Amino acid sequence: MGTAYGGYGGYGGYASYARAAVGATTALLALWAGLYLLLTGRGERFNVGGYLLRISPYMWGLYGISFCIGLSVVGASWGIFIAGSSILGGAVRTPRIATKNLISIIFCEVVAIYGVIMAIVFSAKIAAVSGERGFSRSDYYTGFSLFWGGLAVGVSNLICGLAVGITGSNAAVADAHDQQLFVKILVIEIFGSVIGLFGLIVGLLVTGKADDFAAGM
Amino acid sequence: MNEIHFNVDAGYLEGIVRGYRDGLITAPQYLNLTQCETMDDLKLQLATTDYGSFLQNEPSPISTSTLAARCTDALVAEFQYLQQNAAEPISRFLDYITYGYMIDNVVLLITGTLHERDTHDLLEKCHPLGLFDSMPALCVATTVQDLYSTVMVDSPLAGYFRECLSAEDLNELNIEIIRNTLYKAYLEDFYAYCRGLGEPTASIMAEILSFEADRRTVNITINSFGTELSKDDRAKLYPRLGSMYPEAQTRLARVDDMDQVKAILEQYGEYKNMIVGVSLSASAAGSGGGSGVLSLEDRFFGKEVQLNKDSFEQQFHCSVFYSWLRLKEQEIRNVVWIAECISQQQKDKISNYTPIY
Repeated sequence: MGTAYGGYGGYGGYASYARAAVGATTALLALWAGLYLLLTGRGERFNVGGYLLRISPYMWGLYGISFCIGLSVVGASWGIFIAGSSILGGAVRTPRIATKNLISIIFCEVVAIYGVIMAIVFSAKIAAVSGERGFSRSDYYTGFSLFWGGLAVGVSNLICGLAVGITGSNAAVADAHDQQLFVKILVIEIFGSVIGLFGLIVGLLVTGKADDFAAGM
Repeated sequence: MNEIHFNVDAGYLEGIVRGYRDGLITAPQYLNLTQCETMDDLKLQLATTDYGSFLQNEPSPISTSTLAARCTDALVAEFQYLQQNAAEPISRFLDYITYGYMIDNVVLLITGTLHERDTHDLLEKCHPLGLFDSMPALCVATTVQDLYSTVMVDSPLAGYFRECLSAEDLNELNIEIIRNTLYKAYLEDFYAYCRGLGEPTASIMAEILSFEADRRTVNITINSFGTELSKDDRAKLYPRLGSMYPEAQTRLARVDDMDQVKAILEQYGEYKNMIVGVSLSASAAGSGGGSGVLSLEDRFFGKEVQLNKDSFEQQFHCSVFYSWLRLKEQEIRNVVWIAECISQQQKDKISNYTPIY
């Protein structure tokens, strides 16, 4: 294929070189660190399980909460962006779609609200303790459950926000072309917004049995 | 994954271009247009479409050429709005679309220079979408050699020229051969560029551009009958893509008359139905034909419209910009056809336009 005035492949070439260089450097450093520990007789220091247990359960719990709200907000805002830009473009010719399709924006916004609610529920389990406490088995359970519960809520809300945003964009474009299509696509959009609720429910169940920090002492 | 990031750069523009698509003339409106008795009626009917604002300031006995010019102005205004608001990769995609018009303009200017016509007049005849920055400099160039070395090297088309033609060729070759050689290079480059854009743009554009290549292949074959173009040269003009590449092209390069072309086309499912009932004597370039019987060219237009309509079935890809432009061009051809039929009192042929929606 004769690419006369192309040049679009040029940037891809440099990017792939950069990626290869970064990857090779990382691999070399990891190999060096691993061999250093192994050959100096300290190989047992490379202990993933011990490392994880030395991390404070508070850190796990707070990470979970921040993932929960952070990923939810990213999903919601991304969805609003996808739907909003199409609504904006479509509304130039058919201004009637603008108000109707605000419902897509609201569906995306709901996803962020899920994240806020769950973050509030999760943070109710955080309580300050004094001294050496905070490493009991109950605390570990609370920390891990908050982490994974928060991650589950955050990721499902991220995907949900994208799904609602894309269908919302479809709805806007279809509505601008033919009014009757709006309700039909809205039904699909509602199904999309339900997957965020699934994450919410699972997040509640996962953390439901966890006690507050230091309450089990 | 394209859905996730496409709207970042192009969501607004896609909404706009779909809005333009909804503004295309629909079947009931065409029916009203064909009922018109005079050009004034037609102008009145067109006032309700997107062309209305461009036609309202024209004095009342409007000629078909003015109508065509104003309709093209409407098209250009919309396309330029897209271009002004576009970011990468849409801006580059739109630039690629204009290269096709640039080729036509440059060929027009080369013809004019060869015949020593006034280039200022020629510049006014150029398609506005195919203008480029160094184009006014074409007026300075008086010989083809100058044209090539001062202007073409700076234009976006330089790559196509460099690969295909040298300055000597410009003098010697038939102008249609230059046009087709350039267009072949352009089509192949555009095809490769679209493939780099990823799915679904790649597959949709591949279908449209393959059809374009096939159509050019058939047209080149038919138009070369009875000319001094040798069969080897003919084969060199075929674009190296499309469903006819390479097998049917090799055979088309050797045929001598319309019957053989027909026999080859009949082996291709998509073109088999198209060729049925086409009168053999009808030239492919001739538009219209008798009432009721569509020429091969009209059938190609119908197929093109179908392909371009299909590209609106998917969202989040660049092809809609290309497809909208092609549909709009077809619409202008339709309106001009109807206008010609009205002004020449040929009402029996008025329904030979290619309906879009």
